[in-house]
Amino acid sequence: MTPGNPSPSGPGDAVVLLEIRQVAKRFGVVEVLKGVSLQIAAGEFLTLLGESGSGKTTLLRLIAGFEQPTSGEIWMDGERLDTLPPYKRRVNTVFQSYALFPHLSVRDNVSYGLEVSGTPKAEIPGRLADALRMVKMEQFAAQRPPKLSGGQQQRVALARALVNRPKLLLLDEPLSALDANLRKQMQGELKSLQRELGITFLFVTHDQDEAMALSDRIALLKSGALEQVASPREIYAHPATSYTAQFIGQTNLLRTEVKNGTARWGSLQWSASRTDGAAIFSLRPEAIQWSAGDAIPAGAVRFRAAIRQQIFSGDSEQLELAFEGHLLRVRLHTPGLLSGEQEFWFSPLNAVAVRE
Amino acid sequence: MQSLSANESNMYTRAYKTFIFLPPVFWVAVFLLLPYALMFAHSFWTVRDGVILHQWNVQNYVKLFQSPLYLDVLFRTMRIAGSVTLLSLLLGYPLAYYMSFQAGVRKEILYQLVIVPLWISYLVRGYAWKTILGSDGVLNGFLQYLHLTKEPVSFFLYSPFAVVLMLTHIYTPFVFLPLYASLEHIPRNLVEASHDLGAGTRATFLRVILPLSLPGLLAGATFAFLLTLGDFLAPLLVGGPSSIMIANIVQSLFGTAYDWPLGAAISVCILLLTISLLFLTEWLEKRWAFR
Repeated sequence: MTPGNPSPSGPGDAVVLLEIRQVAKRFGVVEVLKGVSLQIAAGEFLTLLGESGSGKTTLLRLIAGFEQPTSGEIWMDGERLDTLPPYKRRVNTVFQSYALFPHLSVRDNVSYGLEVSGTPKAEIPGRLADALRMVKMEQFAAQRPPKLSGGQQQRVALARALVNRPKLLLLDEPLSALDANLRKQMQGELKSLQRELGITFLFVTHDQDEAMALSDRIALLKSGALEQVASPREIYAHPATSYTAQFIGQTNLLRTEVKNGTARWGSLQWSASRTDGAAIFSLRPEAIQWSAGDAIPAGAVRFRAAIRQQIFSGDSEQLELAFEGHLLRVRLHTPGLLSGEQEFWFSPLNAVAVRE
Repeated sequence: MQSLSANESNMYTRAYKTFIFLPPVFWVAVFLLLPYALMFAHSFWTVRDGVILHQWNVQNYVKLFQSPLYLDVLFRTMRIAGSVTLLSLLLGYPLAYYMSFQAGVRKEILYQLVIVPLWISYLVRGYAWKTILGSDGVLNGFLQYLHLTKEPVSFFLYSPFAVVLMLTHIYTPFVFLPLYASLEHIPRNLVEASHDLGAGTRATFLRVILPLSLPGLLAGATFAFLLTLGDFLAPLLVGGPSSIMIANIVQSLFGTAYDWPLGAAISVCILLLTISLLFLTEWLEKRWAFR
């Protein structure tokens, strides 16, 4: 999984826990998933990222067993999963709205799974206590969920799922109901919990920052199909498609013509080892530099552009440049107000060719 | 300045509140409290030679609790009410469960089918049961046609059985509606969460769905029990002498027997029973409302 060795949808050498084979799901005439194949390694933190309607929650519900795939198979640990009812799968879910049982105390919510699955009576109190301690909710054991705050309910939902020691934990946008600060804190706790327990996490979110912060790998879904599966660094540095480049972080898409190993974009040109024809390059805002009278490396692409707008955001300056009728986004880490026309440059190495 | 305006708005709201509350207070006072007060007073008076004497005493209550007739009828009424409640729940719960969790697109039409009988007059439904259960009724005719019976079966009609049957038919929608509403209010992800945690359909029903539907179940049971408790038409239409209920006694005491004080005493007892039941169910409902 090093950046130089991109793995399209497999986890590399690690042991495969979950395998999704050509899974499609259709609701009436709407095709929500279009033959998705994906492998998840044991102990991995994989995020399904996508806009609403991209099919990420449907894929999660297929794995949990709340929906049946129209075609395709899901395997876990050498066992066919998609033919089992949800209560026979060693998979547990943290629901988006937590779905805690309002008539049961925190204690009874957490021990629910142990009791219905016939765990030996003597074993329950110990595991219950461990689970509550793990999420720091021991002192709330007797409370009913409606009396708890969002963050506390979140912890109970996590404990209720993890107490069953699932092989795979599914998390359906579990942090989306929390406010920004609590969200950051819970992200950290989730990540360290996952490392400690070594349980495989399949996390669904539409928030790319969250996906970047938490995941070992990100699987980006676009209208029911996988767009790219890669580590956060890989997917950011080498987006495969223009959609990925735009969805993960900000970017400038340069629609060029390549001829004889040279890409032309307006009056700019740089060497590109591609076959002749149209090519799209993704150029991250931070890849564009302001000359500032410094020496510009040889081979850099230089241009002059007018500054249309400048937004100060603490650690950086966000610029919008007007260049030959195009808009270019630039992020500079040298503070200071710029105006008028300035000289900028970028290295052709940072212009990444992407598919449409 | 600030305190003045606060005062003004207070005065305004007080006048406004009085204005708003006057009609209902008047209504309750004239049509509820006054009759109840009169009834309460009557229950401590006596009747002699067809004249009600305003002499305060408790002999009506003594008579009520010493005479086996009234207590027997009261217990029979409660037995019938209990049976109707139980049968309505046994019919209403599976229907409500099926409609809420399984029926899918058939939900709407089933709902209408449950509601439609409520539009039909109570009396019409009562007479319908008469024509079904009577000696030359539909049921007997059918049984004889099948040669299952030679003679008309007489106990179908004019028995407590007929009363329970008719009232169950009439009150099942009243049990169904609150039950269905409470089942519809159970978030479906709770059911999914239960399955997810390893509980099958049975365990999910017993541990999640049933406890969360208790408020609706309680409301429905209260409807069926209390409505049956005060019913006097079913015994008249299909019950016969063997299934006289407490409301029939009250009716005859206020009517042909002309013993308003004793009738009032029985009414007060039923009223107290009803009120204590309502308090009990409200207390239970609060305990079971998991908000």
